Amino acid sequence: MQNGSKALIEVRGLKKYFPIQEGLLRRVVGHVRAVDDVSFDIPAGKTLGLVGESGCGKTTLGRCIVRAMEPTAGEVILRVNDQEFDLTKLSAKELRAVRPHIQMVFQDPYLSLSPRKTVLNIVGEPLYINKVAEGRALEQRVRDLMDLVGLDVKYLNRYPHAFSGGQRQRIGIARAISLNPELIICDEPVSALDVSVQAQILNLLQDLQREFNLTYLFIAHDLSVVEHISDRVAVMYVGKLIEIGDTEELFQKPRHPYTEALLSAIPRPDLSRPMKEVTLEGEVPSPANPPSGCYFHPRCPYAKDICKHEAPPLVDMGNNHFSACHFAKELDLQGVGE
Amino acid sequence: MMNDVLLEIKNLRTYFKLHEGILKAIDGVSLAIGRNRVLGIVGESGCGKSVTARSILKLVPAPGKIEGEIWFHGGEKPVNLAALPPTGNAIRDIRGREIAMIFQEPMAAFSPVHTIGDQISEAIQTHQSLPKPEARGRTIEMLKQVGIPIPERRVDNYPHQMSGGMLQRAMIAMALSLRPKLLIADEPTTALDVTIQAQILRLMKRLQAELGMSIIFITHDLGVIANMADDVAVMYLGRVVEYGTVRQIFENPQHPYTQALMQSIPKLGSKGRGRLASIEGTVPVPLDPPRRCGFADRCVHFIPGRCDADVPPLIDTEAGHQVRCILYE
Repeated sequence: MQNGSKALIEVRGLKKYFPIQEGLLRRVVGHVRAVDDVSFDIPAGKTLGLVGESGCGKTTLGRCIVRAMEPTAGEVILRVNDQEFDLTKLSAKELRAVRPHIQMVFQDPYLSLSPRKTVLNIVGEPLYINKVAEGRALEQRVRDLMDLVGLDVKYLNRYPHAFSGGQRQRIGIARAISLNPELIICDEPVSALDVSVQAQILNLLQDLQREFNLTYLFIAHDLSVVEHISDRVAVMYVGKLIEIGDTEELFQKPRHPYTEALLSAIPRPDLSRPMKEVTLEGEVPSPANPPSGCYFHPRCPYAKDICKHEAPPLVDMGNNHFSACHFAKELDLQGVGE
Repeated sequence: MMNDVLLEIKNLRTYFKLHEGILKAIDGVSLAIGRNRVLGIVGESGCGKSVTARSILKLVPAPGKIEGEIWFHGGEKPVNLAALPPTGNAIRDIRGREIAMIFQEPMAAFSPVHTIGDQISEAIQTHQSLPKPEARGRTIEMLKQVGIPIPERRVDNYPHQMSGGMLQRAMIAMALSLRPKLLIADEPTTALDVTIQAQILRLMKRLQAELGMSIIFITHDLGVIANMADDVAVMYLGRVVEYGTVRQIFENPQHPYTQALMQSIPKLGSKGRGRLASIEGTVPVPLDPPRRCGFADRCVHFIPGRCDADVPPLIDTEAGHQVRCILYE
């Protein structure tokens, strides 16, 4: 999709279908298409923001990439140290060797840290399991990591309950970077945090990216956060990627009516920009029983007959900007302006 | 002026006596809500915005104790809600009928074992002697008014059969079924997706205009405040640190906390990807707080010997605009 040879990670046709079972014999009567044929690349050192409303499949996509869930189909190519791995094809043993390159930061800093382990154990565990360090050396490495993410090293032996949400998220980030990963999948890393703390964590993520040339897949529903941190942005709707493009272009000149609607629905802390009237009626359809044709057509203000029957493919609009809309070329959609 | 005020909070203090000490969740809040106005209360978690709302309805859990005055000018005579016993008939008559509340988690606010319709009808029948079929009719009417499609069918749904957005609409229908004079909305859209949030915000605005009520809108989202509120109170650590009209707060924020809060959020359409201006540190817990400015530890304008000497007073900086900061003395 974009000079593929340089991308750190390439996702090709990734699918995750959950079977719907019914009756005594657990007969499969259908599938929930949580992730439906999604493809994208992320070049090394860059951030791809992934946005969409709840239930659109963005978390499932993140989990399929690290294979915390088994994808139904597709490829996830990771390139590290001049080697190429298709993560979906690796055996459990091979996967263990590649896993240190991919780490995750989770949404809820209260649920993602074991309450029975100290910071030393939480941050040190990946180092210990992967036999990177033990004993004194391990403790020193944990101290360095705490320093790096802005935690006071004197709290080394404290338990998570003694920390605030922002500090816990720092612990989660320290754990994620402990093995010098290439790719970090951040699943709503700031949405559980207070506004003033959110900025600290976003700054930390950007600093670490610059320092270690990290690549982020940044999953979030807050579009202003995604605009701030991402180089490129992908928009998902009911399991499908409907638009992907460079951040500024996508926010200024969206090419899909759903993206336009999402952008217009954000209440802005700016009195000169009151909320627009162009917002969506209705709700996100169920991925178990999606509408015909373009999944967005029942809510789309621009829908025509063709939208009911034919699902639009993701088409290159030039400038590395792709949109899955029959009328992407004709419509003049509104961005966020300024 | 007095005629235009629906609710007046005077020096409200809600303390929780814990064995670690006294948690001063609200420490001297004074606010007035005008008729047909929307007061936005904005602040981070732990600033006391939800406890303020619950104090008004005397819904503060034990061991919370409320002191101060809360004058409600909805009836013929003003009533001091703070002085009413929390389980007495007087407050029960006001709860729901005069002052209604909607919550952040619509899933948690409904009973899962009764239909939406039964729960809304029950609320109506608790306050008005209405035969069951008529209460049901009124319920369907309300569900229609909040934009729930096919209300005749939806009325018999259980909460798990409805989406978050639909359930939030149903909760608004329940809250408004008795035509309250004041609606307290505690983060009503925080759990919703952005397109659904836009629908709910628009609905609340429409109903406020149609029914002519006042709303206390509690949120941490400055964007929501800018779109919903007429007046804004910024809270920090149990106190109002700045109060003014929405225009005053957004165009001329004066308290260092308000200013920092506005700068720390990423702005849509701003092209630079530089660092955000973050506020150092975290919101402290108000356990036996010292008598000083609550924001002093995190404030870039901190003046030793002044900011930590006493709690700064609320200072009028322009008509209707008050700031609790010694920089404006």
